[in-house]
Amino acid sequence: MYIVTHRSLFFWITGIILAAAIGSILIFGLPLGIDFTGGSLMQVSYQNSVPPLATIEKQVAVVPLGLVSVRTMGTNEISIRTRTMTPAEHDAVLASISSNASTTELSYSSVGPALGSQFTNKALWAIFVVILVIVLYIAFAFRKVSRPVPSWGYGLTVITMLAIDLIVPTGFYAAYAHFTGAEVDSLFIVALLALLGYVVNDIIVVFDRVREHLAKNEKMGVKEEFEVTIGKSINETMMRSINTALTVALALLVLIFFGAPATRNFALVMLVGVVAGTFSSICRSAPLLIPIAKWFTKK
Amino acid sequence: MTRFRVFAGIALIIGFLLIYFVWATETNPTSAYHFKLGLDLAGGTELVYKADMSQTPSSERSDALSALQGVIERRVNLFGVAEPLVQTEQASALSGITEDRLIVDLPGVTDIKAAVAALGKTPTLEFMLATTTTVGTTTEVAYVPTGLTGRYLSSAALGFGSGATAGLSAPQVILTFNSAGATLFEKITSENVGRTLAIFLDGQPISEPVIQEAIPGGQATITGNFTATGARDLVRNLNFGALPVPITLESSSAVGPTLGAAAISAGVVAGVIGFIVIALFMIAWYRLPGLIATVALAEYLAFMLAIIKIIPVTLTASGIAGLIISVGMAVDANVLIFERSKEELREGKDPREAVHVGFARAWTAIRDGHLTMIISGVILFWLGTSIVQGFALVFVLGVLASFISAISLSRVFLLSLVPEHKKGIWKFLMGSGIHNA
Repeated sequence: MYIVTHRSLFFWITGIILAAAIGSILIFGLPLGIDFTGGSLMQVSYQNSVPPLATIEKQVAVVPLGLVSVRTMGTNEISIRTRTMTPAEHDAVLASISSNASTTELSYSSVGPALGSQFTNKALWAIFVVILVIVLYIAFAFRKVSRPVPSWGYGLTVITMLAIDLIVPTGFYAAYAHFTGAEVDSLFIVALLALLGYVVNDIIVVFDRVREHLAKNEKMGVKEEFEVTIGKSINETMMRSINTALTVALALLVLIFFGAPATRNFALVMLVGVVAGTFSSICRSAPLLIPIAKWFTKK
Repeated sequence: MTRFRVFAGIALIIGFLLIYFVWATETNPTSAYHFKLGLDLAGGTELVYKADMSQTPSSERSDALSALQGVIERRVNLFGVAEPLVQTEQASALSGITEDRLIVDLPGVTDIKAAVAALGKTPTLEFMLATTTTVGTTTEVAYVPTGLTGRYLSSAALGFGSGATAGLSAPQVILTFNSAGATLFEKITSENVGRTLAIFLDGQPISEPVIQEAIPGGQATITGNFTATGARDLVRNLNFGALPVPITLESSSAVGPTLGAAAISAGVVAGVIGFIVIALFMIAWYRLPGLIATVALAEYLAFMLAIIKIIPVTLTASGIAGLIISVGMAVDANVLIFERSKEELREGKDPREAVHVGFARAWTAIRDGHLTMIISGVILFWLGTSIVQGFALVFVLGVLASFISAISLSRVFLLSLVPEHKKGIWKFLMGSGIHNA
C-alpha cells in the first residue's frame, strides 16, 4: 500500500524526472544522424596513430564538400560526416586521407536528403499508429471492467505512461549524445520501439491484476475501496516486475560490455528505458488510475 | 503425470534435434542453412536507386518496376557477386513510400565506386515521333513519346548493312521486340507512315529514320553513325538491359569486412554470456522452476535460430535487438507463471495444483501482453523502413514462439516433475528467493 498512499510523492518524482528529460532534450537537442538528415558518414581506422583532426580536416577539404565534421572514435578510428557525397567524391576523400597514412575504411554510408526526411516521417508515423492500436486493444481487452474507470481509461493511462517512458530515455540520450558525440540513428528508433513493447507488456501485467480483482470482487459482491484494489495489485505483481526487469537489464548490461560497438548505444537507451519503464509500471501506472476513477465517480 | 512425462520427453528430444540442427548446419560449410547475415554484419554494399516514374503512366508503373528489377538483376549477376539481392519498393500511399525504389545488396563488395560502375552505364531507350512545326522561316521539331521504350525489347543484335560510304558495310543495331512491343511497333508505324520515328538513347536522338511503311514482325534496325565498337557496346548494354525508366543513386552504404566480423564475434560472446547470466539468475532465484525455465529457454532459442535459418531471415543488428527483447519476453512469461504459482503455494495448495492454477491465472496477462506486442510488431513491419522491418520480423517471430513455449514447454516440464506433496527437498525446490517461501 506504500505506493498508493504516497502516490503524490511518486507523481512528483515523475514530474521532476520528466522535466529533467524534456530540459535535456531542449538544452542539448537531439543530434540527428544521416538516416534522418541525409548526408554521408565514413568510418576510417588508422593502422598507426591518428593524425591531428585539423590535418584530416584539411585533407578532406581538398574535395569541396562544405561543412565537414571529423571526430575520433575509439583508439585509432575516426568518423567523417559530410553532405551526401557522390561515389567519386567519396573516393577522392578516401584517397586524400590515405595519402600519408595507412587507413582502412570500416564503413561508409550515404543517404540522399529525400530519403532522410522520409525515414523520419515513417518512423514517427509507425510509432503513432502502434500507440493508437495499443489503446484500442487495451480498451477492448478491458471492456468487461468499466467501473470505476471506463475501459478506455486504461488505454489512456498506458499512453501517458508510454509517452513518459519514451521521453525519459530520449532525454538521457540527448545528454549522452552531447557528451560523447553519439547521434540519433535508426537503431535509436529501434530501441524506442522495443521499449514500447516492453513497457506496454509491463503495464498490462499490473492492469491485468487490477482487472482480475475487480472481476472477483464483483462476483463475490465484495465492496472494496478502489485504492485498496490498486495497492493489492501493485504489491502482488511487484516481484515479477522487478525480476523481469532485472533479467532484461542483465542481458542489456552484458550487451553494453561485451556486445558490438554498433549495439552499445542501443543497449544503453534500452537499459535506461527498462529502468524507467519498471518504475512506471510499479509506481505510476496503476496509481494514476485512482485520480481518473475519482474524476469519473464525481461526474 | 505419466502423460506429462511422455510429452516432456518428446519436447526434450525435439529440443536436442533443434540444437543439433542449428549446430550441424552452421559447422557444415556446404549446408544450405547457414545464417544469412545482413550487410551490416557480414560486410558489403547496399545501393538504393530512385526510379524516375514521372514519364510512366501510373497503370504501368509496377510492370516497369519489375522490368527494372529484372534488368538490374542481370547486370548484378554479370558482376559476379555471391548471393546478390535486388529488391524493389513501390510507391503507395498505404505504406507511406513516395518514390519507387530499387535496392541492390552486394555482399562482400566494399568498393562503392566499382559497384556503381559495374551496374554500368545504363542506357534508356525510347522511340519518339517527331512533329515538325514551321513558324515563319524557322522549323521546330518536337518529339512526342510513343510509349515504346526499352522495356519492350527482347534482344538486340549487331548487323552490317550497306552504309553511306560505298564499299563499306556500316554497323547496325537490330532490335527485336517482345510480342507486346511488336504489336505496339506495328501500330505506331502503320499509323504514322511518312513521319520521323526518332530513336533516343539516354535522352539523345541517335537515329531518326522516316517510317516508309508499317513494320510487322517486331524488328527495327537502327542505322546511326556507329563505329563497330560503339555498335557492339550498345548491343551489349541493350541486351544486359535497356532500363525501362531512368534511375538515380539515392543512397549507398558499405561496411568493411573487419567491422562486420568484429560485430559477429562480439554478438556471439554477448549472447552466450547473456544467456548464462539469465540462467544463473533464474536458477538461483526460482530453483527448480528456474532450471526448467532455463531448459525451456534454451529450447526456445534453438527453435528461434532454426526458424531464422529455415525461412531464412536475414540477421542484422536490429534483428538481433529484436531477438534479445523477445528472449526478455519469454523470460517474463515464465516469471509471471512462477510468481503466480508461488502465490497459490502460499495459500496452501499442493505444488501440482499450484502450478496448474498458476498457469491458468497468468494466462490473461501473458495473452494480452503478447498480443499487443504481436500487433505492434506487425504494424512496424508493415510501416517500417528496412531497418525497422528487420527488427519487427524477428520480434514478431520471437514473441509468437515465446507465447507457445511459455504455455506449453515450461508447463509440460514442470508438471512432469512436480509432485503433489511439499515435503523434504521439494519444499526447497519449489521455494524461491533467499528464504523458503
